[in-house]
Amino acid sequence: MKIHEYQARQLLQDASIAVPPSRMVQTVAEAHAAASEILAGGAKLLVVKAQVHAGGRGKAGFVKVLKTADEARSAAEFMLGNRMVSPQTPPEGLEVKRLLVAEAVDIAKEYYLAITLDRAKRTNTLIASAEGGVEIEHVAETRPDAIIRQPLDPVSGLAPFQARAVGMKLGLTGKPLAQAVDLMMRMAALLTKTDASMVEVNPLVLTPPDAANPEGRIVAVDAKFNFDDNALFRQKAIAAMFDPTEENPAELRAQEFGLSYVALDGTIGCLVNGAGLAMSTMDIIKLEGGEPANFLDVGGSATEEAVSEAFRIILSDSRVKGVLVNIFGGIMQCDRIARAIVGAAKSVGFKVPLVVRLEGTNVAEARRILDAAKGELPTMQAAGDLGDAARRIVAATKA
Amino acid sequence: MSILIDGNTRVICQGITGSAGAFHTKGCFEYGTRMVGGTTPGKGGQKDANGLPIFDTVDQAVRGTGATASMIFVPPPFAADAILEAADAGIRTIIAITEGVPVQDMVRARARLAGYPGTILVGPNCPGVITPGYRVGDRFEGGCKIGIMPGYIHTHRRDAKTGKAVGIVSRSGTLTYEAVWQCSVRGIGQSTCVGIGGDPVKGLDFLDVLEMFNADPQTDGVIMIGEIGGSAEVDAARWIKDNMTKPVAGFIAGRTAPKGKRMGHAGAIIGGADDTAEAKLKVMAECGIRVSMSPADLGQTMATALGLG
Repeated sequence: MKIHEYQARQLLQDASIAVPPSRMVQTVAEAHAAASEILAGGAKLLVVKAQVHAGGRGKAGFVKVLKTADEARSAAEFMLGNRMVSPQTPPEGLEVKRLLVAEAVDIAKEYYLAITLDRAKRTNTLIASAEGGVEIEHVAETRPDAIIRQPLDPVSGLAPFQARAVGMKLGLTGKPLAQAVDLMMRMAALLTKTDASMVEVNPLVLTPPDAANPEGRIVAVDAKFNFDDNALFRQKAIAAMFDPTEENPAELRAQEFGLSYVALDGTIGCLVNGAGLAMSTMDIIKLEGGEPANFLDVGGSATEEAVSEAFRIILSDSRVKGVLVNIFGGIMQCDRIARAIVGAAKSVGFKVPLVVRLEGTNVAEARRILDAAKGELPTMQAAGDLGDAARRIVAATKA
Repeated sequence: MSILIDGNTRVICQGITGSAGAFHTKGCFEYGTRMVGGTTPGKGGQKDANGLPIFDTVDQAVRGTGATASMIFVPPPFAADAILEAADAGIRTIIAITEGVPVQDMVRARARLAGYPGTILVGPNCPGVITPGYRVGDRFEGGCKIGIMPGYIHTHRRDAKTGKAVGIVSRSGTLTYEAVWQCSVRGIGQSTCVGIGGDPVKGLDFLDVLEMFNADPQTDGVIMIGEIGGSAEVDAARWIKDNMTKPVAGFIAGRTAPKGKRMGHAGAIIGGADDTAEAKLKVMAECGIRVSMSPADLGQTMATALGLG
């Protein structure tokens, strides 16, 4: 699960990590008031940022650096009044409902800090770089030696001496070093406490020296979190940050029924049990010259009702020109799928070609059910195996 | 012979009175697995529907039944603890079926398991492990099924037309069944099938299982079925190149998966540029693995690698 930047800043602030003053606003008037307030606190520059998960905000004009509350007002008018279109949004763009108004701090130097799971080491790892503010993937590719990796102990987490060593490798000294160590320790604790799968601060900023901070000061300017969906049951406060408007409505509906659904661009709807088989079904459709319309794993214990809902979701996508059902029953019993197919035929109706491939638990009973309902399923073809199924649905949708 | 489990393995089920635990205990029992009992805290002293004794703790179950393997169906919030309880009670082979275990729980549990060097963990979020039995009438004997896979699709070497048996190791459940089925219909048996699970932090990984298959005289070849996400397949491929003495057929699911989207499994998400299915397939082919580009060709690819045409 992802959250917005304003929520991420709040989490950092609650963990006593220094962030620039900021406010989340939902109206133009609030934006003006927030800007005035932050300027009154001593800020010289402000930034207004649209709160959407999609990237490409800066180029689309939905991140603006400005100096006055009036400029903040017009930036807010633009962002709240227009849909944001970027390469990462749907073509029609996204409606922006929330903005972040924050102090844009002066920057002496930018760093990158993140803690995330290292699968190979089976533990969380602190990743740091003195080349912050840019895409870390780019740094990793072009200058791998510019990236510092410090594995955390799987049980006790980050040790202060490890954080100190990383801070020194970043070239920090004096008070800023102590501040960075403190920040890393708090970040690591926050990751564990919130069951985050990633905490990223980019950029971590060292401000230029001023009267109060003759060596400069360490501030977390932008933060990103990802959370482990498996742990949300014990992270009520995090789960409450979920913003359903950021999600594809069909994916959300599927989730409510315990289905794992990802919308894609193609024309062949897929209904499969198991994530690996569902991915493979997409792969073989493509190999045979078709394009999958979705990933859909009904799981092993889905009820007939949930499977029927899965058909409704697939068939409500107007691009779908055919449906491939591929079930290898283990826990999932094939007869349950067969009943759901017959039910969907009655309630929604298959106007598009339907290819059904069933194998595994209770397959004989399933075949009997589908055979008996042939009259209601005029577009159905039974497939012998996976390859046959893929060829049939691709041929049927091209015809 | 086989790896991990065989017809003599004595098995308990942790979470035996839950709906999934009860259902699959019965399934394993009927397949011929030596199910000897189970645990559910607070229900010690009772018997399950198959007449198996229920214990409050794994320690009591081990002392009462001599079990050396455990099948875990404990719900996600308590699953990591159940794994450690099994290890502490002396269970040698822990097979965790539970899906949805928090990753941080598994990070800590894996680290603690280092204190039990004789213990092997498979899973979580996996279909389990099966060493197929041979057919006696309409029943199977001499095998051991610990998990949720349909038993009947598997073939013991004795019943296999070609007289060959392969090991199968996979991150996916139903895709493993697909591979098993494609082998069985071609007359290729299976020595043992290991579902290592779809989570990012888990017990046995590809490399561990490949080492076991390489050392098992009853395994003639191996099918490894990977997915997008992580680097375990690449590490395994490099090991195969230097060490494996048996033919290996491979497949990676998710060539058409979009970047950054989790495809069902918590571990199945494309990260960096090296993390695509194509990149993994390339390394696997370079390391001498016979790569199947289509999931429908798994059995045929294995047959070819075994020299069966």
